[in-house]
Amino acid sequence: MTLLELMPFIVLIPLIASGIVALLPGRILPWLVTLIAALASAVIAALVLPVAISEPPLSYPFGNWPPPFGIEYRVDAANAFVALLVSGMAAITLLWAPKRVASEIHGRLGTFYALFLLAVAGLLGITLTGDAFNVFVFLEISSLATYTLIAYGKDRRALLAAFRYLIMGTVGATFLLIGIAFLYMVTGTLNMADLAERLPELRDNNAVRAALAFIIVGMGLKLALLPLHLWLPNAYAYAPNFVTAFLAGTATKVALYVMLRFIFTVFAPDYSFVVLPLSTVLMVLAVAGMFAGSWVAMFQIHLKRMLAYSSIAQVGYMVLGVSLATATGLTAAFLHLFNHALIKTALFMAVGCVMYRTGSAKLDDLRGLGRQMPWTLTAFALAGLSIIGVPTTAGFISKWYLVLASIETGAWWLVVLILITSLMAVYYIWRVIEAAWFSDRPAGAAVVREAPLALLVPTWLVVALNFYFGIDTRLTVGASMAAADALLGSGVGLP
Amino acid sequence: MTILGFFNYWMVVILMMIGFYCVIARGNMVKKIMGLNLFQTSVFILFVSAGKIVGGATPIVREGVEVYSNPLPHVIVLTAIVVGVAITAVGLALTVRIQEAYGTIEDDHLGDDIDDEDD
Amino acid sequence: MIDNGILRVIARFLIPFILLVGLYIQFHGEYSPGGGFQAGVVFAAGWILYVLIYGLERGLRVISLRAMYLLSAVGVLLYAFTGLAGVLLGGKYLDFTPFSSNPHTAQQIGIITVEFGVGLTVATVAMLLFTMFARRRGEWLEALEEEQEGGE
Repeated sequence: MTLLELMPFIVLIPLIASGIVALLPGRILPWLVTLIAALASAVIAALVLPVAISEPPLSYPFGNWPPPFGIEYRVDAANAFVALLVSGMAAITLLWAPKRVASEIHGRLGTFYALFLLAVAGLLGITLTGDAFNVFVFLEISSLATYTLIAYGKDRRALLAAFRYLIMGTVGATFLLIGIAFLYMVTGTLNMADLAERLPELRDNNAVRAALAFIIVGMGLKLALLPLHLWLPNAYAYAPNFVTAFLAGTATKVALYVMLRFIFTVFAPDYSFVVLPLSTVLMVLAVAGMFAGSWVAMFQIHLKRMLAYSSIAQVGYMVLGVSLATATGLTAAFLHLFNHALIKTALFMAVGCVMYRTGSAKLDDLRGLGRQMPWTLTAFALAGLSIIGVPTTAGFISKWYLVLASIETGAWWLVVLILITSLMAVYYIWRVIEAAWFSDRPAGAAVVREAPLALLVPTWLVVALNFYFGIDTRLTVGASMAAADALLGSGVGLP
Repeated sequence: MTILGFFNYWMVVILMMIGFYCVIARGNMVKKIMGLNLFQTSVFILFVSAGKIVGGATPIVREGVEVYSNPLPHVIVLTAIVVGVAITAVGLALTVRIQEAYGTIEDDHLGDDIDDEDD
Repeated sequence: MIDNGILRVIARFLIPFILLVGLYIQFHGEYSPGGGFQAGVVFAAGWILYVLIYGLERGLRVISLRAMYLLSAVGVLLYAFTGLAGVLLGGKYLDFTPFSSNPHTAQQIGIITVEFGVGLTVATVAMLLFTMFARRRGEWLEALEEEQEGGE
């Protein structure tokens, strides 16, 4: 089998495995099969990435129906990179899962892991497919699985959070469908590459403009871009820890990827940024998101909600990179997409470890915990350094590129704004460190032991990755540049 | 003429707005799901309208028919209907669970609970 | 509703036809409009009508909850492995041409198997959904009754 033949199995392995896992009894077996499936697809994604970077896009026609008639998977540097991120994050969080899931999830684990695999397969399918309608289908597969996974949360508010996410997510996905309907009506095709060829003739068509607007709003909802972010904090806060750790690293990232794919590949960038004032709109929303997210995060007393609001701020950084519409800006967006996944997963894993022992994620209950759970909270602090953007961490690299991109376009004031929001991140991370190390354990609080190794080792693995990618940036920066080039076509910045 | 010619699309817009209004303005969760269904259905009509060819027959190959309507939108709508059914099912299942947990499915009564910081 | 003679007789008369139509849509799907999804839903509707008249317990004697769960996964796997067979025989995923030397027959074999998987899954999932909601209500009503008794 060649690599091209293997490529669709990145999606197919989790998809098929979910059918098998649903039937498996017991508590260990479903997890094991899920882990193997996630690892297998991560390995294939890792093999595909270098080929996708160095060679023209890989195209795999399903059922041997040649595109644009059949559905094709079309993989270039951009989606290979995101696919590696999603499958890799799935594998890493799964390593962390069994201990955490055992205490959080009641009922059949086969069903739970089957849903998880469906969510993974859906997210991977969105990334790899070259067919606009297929994006919608996979989006809904992953979303439906996600709503259910969130509802697994112990707290009854998890149900409410899941329901609100369901309503908002469905509206977002339907907006995407309306956009695709408009595109189909004027061009008669659903294949992305084919659409890209036909759309330039239709520059002045109102339906095309409407399509772009609908798609951007729809994906903005899924991405949790500022005014459309309301579902995110509650969904992250009340979902089971394992689900939060996985979602924080992947779901919004894939939504951003879809948005980029439509803005840059389907509609050429000289269309998207000229016909609509997209650059300005995205920049304003991004900056507003950065500030509002960080500001609200500063006053949260629930750790998971704090991190969720911080995620909204981080989405702002990514969109800011996109709104600059240059090769460097896009590289920064992709870098932050990757690095933020590592950072947030590490942070949520650390919080998960705390909750495993104390059962609470409130700042007050964290007081004095630093001496009782030193390894867990050191991991949190180190990952916190990464989100602040301290040099030698992954977070620094992406912010550095974002600053470079801002300077390149002459927008000095953006650098100031990035620095201010980073200081706000210092504040909300510091509050946790202060509570954990510089306050005394409240009288009468139960003595807590360090989290078990089964949770600590994967957490530290992600923290170590944060530092590894902060020092050795060949993989991340190289792949991000290639991804930006792939999206921009020629790889030249825009005027 | 043009207004009548675009009759389908007017209906799509009207249905879409009714559905959307229902999702936003109604507090009852079952009504929200109904609104969501209406919203999605309007998009299905949009797709099917796009596939209609004037004078075209149903897309089944048979003798004596030259012009067929475009079958692709129908296939797409079929898939989207399946998705809609799944969403309705998950939404209703969540509503049942919420009713059991809270004893109400009026969103207005539940608003304060979710933003409550106390665990 | 078993006490109502009209309902019982009409349902008895209708259910075989509903199931038959379901099967027709399933197996004639490659020639005329139809296919697994529609067939599955129609087939499940026949069963649901039976349950509405005769009660959930008798309905579950026809097909148990376990069997539904099992069959729904089996249907998906049938689809997936038919696709895999295309790869193993040297084609693409969901490529049916290697199944037979005659391309027409090959497509037919492939489509019928795949659609059978779809039909199986859709029918059992529709039944499963109905059962879940119906049971939930039963449990809820029971719990409510107990609560009231305890309160008095």
